[in-house]
Amino acid sequence: MQAIFRMGIPVSGKNLFPSNIQGLPTWYEVRVNLRGHTARTSEYDLMVAMNAETYARDVREVRPGGYVLYDSTWPLDPALMRDDVTFLGVPYARLCNESFTEARERTLMKNIAYVGTLAALFDIDMDIVSGMLKEKFARKPALMESNAKAIQLGHRYALEHFECPLPFRLESMDATKDSILIDGNTATALGCVYAGATVAAWYPITPSTSVLDAFKGFCEAYRVDKATGEKRYCILQAEDELGAIGMVIGAAWNGARAFTSTSGPGISLMSELIGLAYYAEVPAVIIDVQRVGPSTGMPTRTQQGDIMMCAYASHGDTKHVVLFPSNPRECFEFAVKAFDLAERLQTPVFLLSDLDIGMNDWVVPRLQWDDGYKPHRGRVLSKEELLALPKFHRYSPEDELGVAARTLPGVHEKGAFFTRGSGHNKLGGYTEIPDEYQEVMDRLLRKHRAARTIVPEAVIERRAGATFGVVTLGGCDPAVREALDVLEERGIRGNFLRVRAFPFGDEVEAFLAEHDTLFVVEQNRDAQLRSLLVMETQVAKEKVRSVLAYGGFPLQANQVIEGIVARLGAGASVNGTAPHTNGHAHAHTHGAHDAHDARQEPHGDEGGMP
Amino acid sequence: MSYIKKPVVRHPSLKLNQLGLTVRDYEGAMSTLCAGCGHDSITAGIVRAFFELDTPPHMVAKLSGIGCSSKTPAYFLSGAHGFNSAHGRMAAIATGAAAANRKLSYIGVSGDGDSLSIGLGHMAHAIRRNVKMLYIIENNGVYGLTKGQFSASADMGSKSKRGEANAQAPIDPVMLALSLGATFVARSFSGDKTQLVPILKAALLHDGFALVDVISPCVTFNDHEGSTKSYMHTRKNQVPIVETDFIPPAAEITADYAEGTVARVRAHDGSVIRLRKVGADYDPSDRTRVVSFLRDSQASGEIVTGLLFIDSGGTEMHRNAKTVTTPLVDLPFEELCPGSAALEKLQTSYR
Ligand SMILES: Cc1ncc(C[n+]2csc(CCOP(=O)(O)OP(=O)(O)O)c2C)c(N)n1
Ligand code: SF4
Repeated sequence: MQAIFRMGIPVSGKNLFPSNIQGLPTWYEVRVNLRGHTARTSEYDLMVAMNAETYARDVREVRPGGYVLYDSTWPLDPALMRDDVTFLGVPYARLCNESFTEARERTLMKNIAYVGTLAALFDIDMDIVSGMLKEKFARKPALMESNAKAIQLGHRYALEHFECPLPFRLESMDATKDSILIDGNTATALGCVYAGATVAAWYPITPSTSVLDAFKGFCEAYRVDKATGEKRYCILQAEDELGAIGMVIGAAWNGARAFTSTSGPGISLMSELIGLAYYAEVPAVIIDVQRVGPSTGMPTRTQQGDIMMCAYASHGDTKHVVLFPSNPRECFEFAVKAFDLAERLQTPVFLLSDLDIGMNDWVVPRLQWDDGYKPHRGRVLSKEELLALPKFHRYSPEDELGVAARTLPGVHEKGAFFTRGSGHNKLGGYTEIPDEYQEVMDRLLRKHRAARTIVPEAVIERRAGATFGVVTLGGCDPAVREALDVLEERGIRGNFLRVRAFPFGDEVEAFLAEHDTLFVVEQNRDAQLRSLLVMETQVAKEKVRSVLAYGGFPLQANQVIEGIVARLGAGASVNGTAPHTNGHAHAHTHGAHDAHDARQEPHGDEGGMP
Repeated sequence: MSYIKKPVVRHPSLKLNQLGLTVRDYEGAMSTLCAGCGHDSITAGIVRAFFELDTPPHMVAKLSGIGCSSKTPAYFLSGAHGFNSAHGRMAAIATGAAAANRKLSYIGVSGDGDSLSIGLGHMAHAIRRNVKMLYIIENNGVYGLTKGQFSASADMGSKSKRGEANAQAPIDPVMLALSLGATFVARSFSGDKTQLVPILKAALLHDGFALVDVISPCVTFNDHEGSTKSYMHTRKNQVPIVETDFIPPAAEITADYAEGTVARVRAHDGSVIRLRKVGADYDPSDRTRVVSFLRDSQASGEIVTGLLFIDSGGTEMHRNAKTVTTPLVDLPFEELCPGSAALEKLQTSYR
């Protein structure tokens, strides 16, 4: 995948793995597409069948006219054969046994030899491949040598025995020059570092763990004093998520930029304290990398199932600011934004990512940083400001966002106040008087509404002659865009809106009002984004329909197409099948094309290249 | 938690501490607890301890969970920021607060319900982390605020106001803390200010987590015949083993105490805690012997009070984590953000 990326071609890779440490099959899908569509698709052009246990299923899944690459050291069960696909057999085991002596090396290098074959079949630039080898094994020349040898074996065999390249192949482009290949969790962690977060508290949970792993790595690189070894950060691996959010709230109450990273089950546990932070107006940044199901659920599968939970987390009247990044670049930007918003609004802010965004590698434009950036710390009174006041009240007076100034512990006696969940009036004094209590709750609502003017705006794309609007969020973005492109080719035109935050901005309200037919595309069963839109905007419920996919794999364009076409009614259904067919039309002229390979490999194959 | 502001009356004869403050400057709002509640006496002890330590009130952060006991931070140090958080979560919140700003003095007030049931995990882990703070359990064997249910520290056979006997074995916070590796463990009695105040002072200066379990009778739900945490019961069965006398470094030279009768424990900041041994050969530095001594006393129905264990060589959370000495909240943004050049460079590895 990295080699393809370096050839300047937009590409995506999806790691589809089960929830176990070792032993069960995993698939890795790579999608390449001339037009830059990189959403997942299950129309496999080429399948690398590496695991005998799943041969049957793998062979079945290849599209008619596609290819299967397999190890022909042993003959393939004739029952698996299909007439409409081409079988490419390479005797990997035999080749490796002949070329390598050690048992372990023989097994490992077999996996590497596939890379050579694929390079030949797709015409991947071999200079790039050997360049990558050099980088990867700069300090282990022996490993580099065997890897290079294995790749050569696979490459040579393919050139000698097959017609290379295949009708669909790769040709260098210029589309990724200003891009990087990065996963969302790494980008999120980097955003936290750049935002100046100093306290991170967490409890391990897939798929969010790598946020903290990356944060730690970056902090070690950038925040450790070379001379003294002193750290300018504090990472607390908490006893549980209740503790993690408690630590974040404690640190933020004291003035630090603090965050936690978790997944759905963790948010459930954090809910009580999130409500306290909301009411007491303590900032907190909560990263939720969504996964599927309760307790264990399907922890290595993706979903957008926590939208509602995060928007209203906790008991009683609560409403939170939630950011919805769609790719790693937005993870980086929104992480920084989340801290600014949390401190400006003095409230918990959620960064709602998911497993697909968080753990898969995405090609995104290079991350940018403006050295003029100043963290927006919100209304925090200094000692001087405090002394200039006749009297300090924690919850008055409010500014145009509905926010009152706070003070940090240690500043001065005059700024001391008592943070608590018990009812308080607008001055911060204890109250149980209904009007006084409501007055504060109303301000909190004003504050939440005002947030819509400072959160990231929705992305809107209009097409001439559009007859409906599609609303989506997060990682659905590429599949929905691809679907709209394909539909347009069939004469069906829709406008696109991707919400990037809750509360929804006025532009969302206007877009909804503008269309008589709306589709909300999201990855959960209960249409949570749709519900949120119906509850929190003026949109008429009847005109909003849902297109849902919640099986746990990243969304595919054809799921969106089918959903929209089915609901638009018979008149709209146009012949033509899955989106990849359109790619074919361009394949010969431009040379790049959909190419997927699903490779099965055990976890943790050290020394391996892919 | 209603409270009434106390009138500030400064009596000219009130003693001043080194900051020129009187003990009144360390008080808070008027207590709304039941008259005679043990918790109020502890509040008075806290006020005195901070006054005698010459602590600037604003340099203290006072935190609590939920319960009658957890209301008390409103009743002392009105010049300090307070956080009356959520039931059982104080230890976690204090941990985060301490992580962010190591220059404040942290005091956490909790109840036996708050600490030994719902918040047991957080307390245990704050001990393990050795967060520098004074952690007080105002221990009455019941849930006061929710009207008298048994807590996890209620003794077996202890009777509730309704006459029910508790059938489960108690969790003893002192034993628990010792087994978790706590570096400062003490127990006192709310009605014994002479003992409590020096213990609180020593605990506040301890460089690490200091657990002080204070038996604090609930006059409303647990001060009747049959309760093992009533005033009568505690007064009768309390065995003070060590009389603690805290001597700040400045006073050390002039302090007059007889060698031989005194065990001296040097705290991290150089101050000295003087332990007057009442028991024949009590040694608060030997964890194993302390544990077996406490077990024996427990078996004979005695409540041992005093500074029970101290290890001033423990490694507090920040030192363990090698955090900078400057509080994290005071670090300028420039020292935290790597900047655009670093980002540019970093991204070559994502190509
Ligand atoms: C999550 C949650 N559960 C239950 C309660 C109700 N509650 C409030 S205080 C309390 C027990 C307090 O007992 P303790 O900590 O011993 O304090 P005391 O009142 O005896 O001083 C309970 C159960 C709550 N506030 N929050
Ligand atoms: S109920 Fe008990 S613990 Fe609560 S204030 Fe009254 S005496 Fe104190």
